[in-house]
Amino acid sequence: MSRDGARAPRGGAGFPQGGATYLGMPAFPQAADAATRDGRLRANLRHATHTIRAKRARAVAELDDWARLREAGAAIKDRTLRHLDHHLVRLEEAVTRAGGTVHWAADAAEANRIVTDLVRATGEHEVVKVKSMATQEIGLNEALAEAGIRAYETDLAELIVQLGDDLPSHILVPAIHRNRGEIRDIFRDRMASWGRPAPEGLTDRPAELAEAARQHLREKFLRAKVGVSGANFMVAETGTLVVVESEGNGRMCLTLPETLISVVGIEKTVPTWRDLEVFLQLLPRSSTAERMNPYTSMWTGTADGDGPRVFHLVLLDNGRTDTLADEVGRQALRCIRCSACLNVCPVYERAGGHAYGSPYPGPIGAILTPQLRGLSSPLEESLPYASSLCGACFEVCPVAIDIPEVLVHLRERVAEGGEVTVRGTRTVIRPAKGHATERAAMRAARWAFDHPGALRRGQRILARTRRLQPRRLPGPGRAWTDTRELPAVPAESFRDWWARTRGGTA
Amino acid sequence: MRVGLFVTCVNDSLYPRTGRAVVALLERLGVQVDFPMAQSCCGQPMFNTGYRHQTEPLVRRYAAAFRDHDHIVAPSGSCAAMVRDNYPRIGARAEAEGRGTELSEAAASVVPKTYELTEFLVDVLGVTDVGAYFPHTVTYHPTCHGLRVLGLGDRPRRLLERVEGLELRELEGAEECCGFGGTFAVKNPAVSSAMGSDKSRAIARTGAEAVCTVDNSCLMHIGGVLAREGSPVRPVHIAEILAGTKDPAR
Ligand code: SF4
Repeated sequence: MSRDGARAPRGGAGFPQGGATYLGMPAFPQAADAATRDGRLRANLRHATHTIRAKRARAVAELDDWARLREAGAAIKDRTLRHLDHHLVRLEEAVTRAGGTVHWAADAAEANRIVTDLVRATGEHEVVKVKSMATQEIGLNEALAEAGIRAYETDLAELIVQLGDDLPSHILVPAIHRNRGEIRDIFRDRMASWGRPAPEGLTDRPAELAEAARQHLREKFLRAKVGVSGANFMVAETGTLVVVESEGNGRMCLTLPETLISVVGIEKTVPTWRDLEVFLQLLPRSSTAERMNPYTSMWTGTADGDGPRVFHLVLLDNGRTDTLADEVGRQALRCIRCSACLNVCPVYERAGGHAYGSPYPGPIGAILTPQLRGLSSPLEESLPYASSLCGACFEVCPVAIDIPEVLVHLRERVAEGGEVTVRGTRTVIRPAKGHATERAAMRAARWAFDHPGALRRGQRILARTRRLQPRRLPGPGRAWTDTRELPAVPAESFRDWWARTRGGTA
Repeated sequence: MRVGLFVTCVNDSLYPRTGRAVVALLERLGVQVDFPMAQSCCGQPMFNTGYRHQTEPLVRRYAAAFRDHDHIVAPSGSCAAMVRDNYPRIGARAEAEGRGTELSEAAASVVPKTYELTEFLVDVLGVTDVGAYFPHTVTYHPTCHGLRVLGLGDRPRRLLERVEGLELRELEGAEECCGFGGTFAVKNPAVSSAMGSDKSRAIARTGAEAVCTVDNSCLMHIGGVLAREGSPVRPVHIAEILAGTKDPAR
């Protein structure tokens, strides 16, 4: 397609949208309900997550000091987060010294404005991107499109998502919900309107699909003057940014364009190069089950005759310092986005990534999204409940984030309200709406449990009326009896049996 | 040795057979069991749904009911986990909110002496052969809280392996959650049911006559799905297997 195409307004005739957003998504249970009925989605997810989880377990078992590495990873992150202001200032100094420019973005709108202005200043109308969750989080592609700038995703899975006018559904494999046949169809039907068309007679063989993507992306890389990236780590002592990846497309984005703009969450800071040693062991084994990822790219400012001539680092807050203010919740910021928790999560496996309404799906998404965005809508309020608290996520997390603990902590904010930090100010929030029945039920249950005499009388009434009890429950209990049989109420409670046979006193 | 039975609210109201089995089993092993009537619920349903403040009176109640016992035994992995894992947190939060050390102390007084049944048998009594007889094929589903919070490991299996007549069948994907999760089953019915039917299919594939766990809550969910699907597999609490003998009178 012509470069003029990039200047056409979004949604213009024949012009792909590429702008699906998470805005206005329903609460988790509704979205998940639809996903559980999609047999193909469930099969795709089951196959992919079960394969990778078995591989991860083997890769981790190879290291006999895994438990200590994990502790070290958690400790480094915790220590860094406690003094984040200090490390960020050091990082800024080092990046500036190395010839880069640092920008601070308090929220999504500010980050988008900064990046848009930087791209505009180059006079370019297109950018190549290497997978970056931070730019997904802020909706950068859509913001750039508004300004007439086209962003081309170059990570293979991101490309599939972009061409399919879709949303990512996994941290590491954003197109995990697609199978090979679907990918072939997307390439065949959509590649032409984004650039080089798919080859004639494309099949769903992985090698052919990869080659089609390579050809399609090559012309983007060679033409692009501006690259946009994220980073897995930022080393404060030298101002070095690090991206780990499998395909090498990221390296092309990082080295070929004249201008490189990296958008990174402030929590990605590590103090020293020595700290990287720990994370470069934890990350690949946890995410791709590899001993070392195929490409590790590091860049520090600018250098004559090597790589981009202009380098901008946009440091993104967007709810992170508010999260940091929460003693229990802040551990979510340790996350290194390995996706191990998604791959073992039985809820993610059935509900799929889209149900979480954010680029961060699965267990980490369930605790990160409500903290970054605040408990601001029914979606965010439903996420802390999107777990059976089975604990598989905590068990695999390479930085030992106690996800169940944070889930329960956030549930408390939803159910009871309490203190939170919003844009730097301590605020007391009220319990979420719509929990009145539940709250009353919990109170009543607590009262009965705190008055065993009353509890015992209740049990007796239940026992006496047990032949009359319905097999289907009304109200919220209906969901239970739709798919499961209720247990029969026994003729005598344990308490009564004990009193009758052992003469206990009530 | 004064052993207090914490039967749990679910067992008390819905599965009294399990409580009776624990009593029979422990007495057969020479343990004198006491059931303090002042006990009720560990508070798990409230706590896990986000009602921490509703849980606090129940922490006090549990501590008071079992103050004088040397050991507390619960035939439920998740209730034992609630006490061991969350009571200290509840105490610490109350302290952080400037409400003194009363809840922390209540928690500290019961946490170290609270045991799930199989832990008590293996770790405290030091037995794996409890002299049980159960002539059936059985598959074992390790519940999440027993597995990951308490770290029960192979204790339940070691006990089951010594039961006369019992043939243990391997369960595929055993460590995956059955989908109960307390109020999760009601708040996310679609996902919960999907997890439940996957589990029940795996159970059916073992060809076992019974499925056993250390928790009647999970078993209620699994059993509910099995029953709805018309499966002949019987849900049985591990205590009822371990209490079984050749003497039908017991
Ligand atoms: S929470 Fe832990 S397991 Fe999940 S993506 Fe982050 S680092 Fe990985």
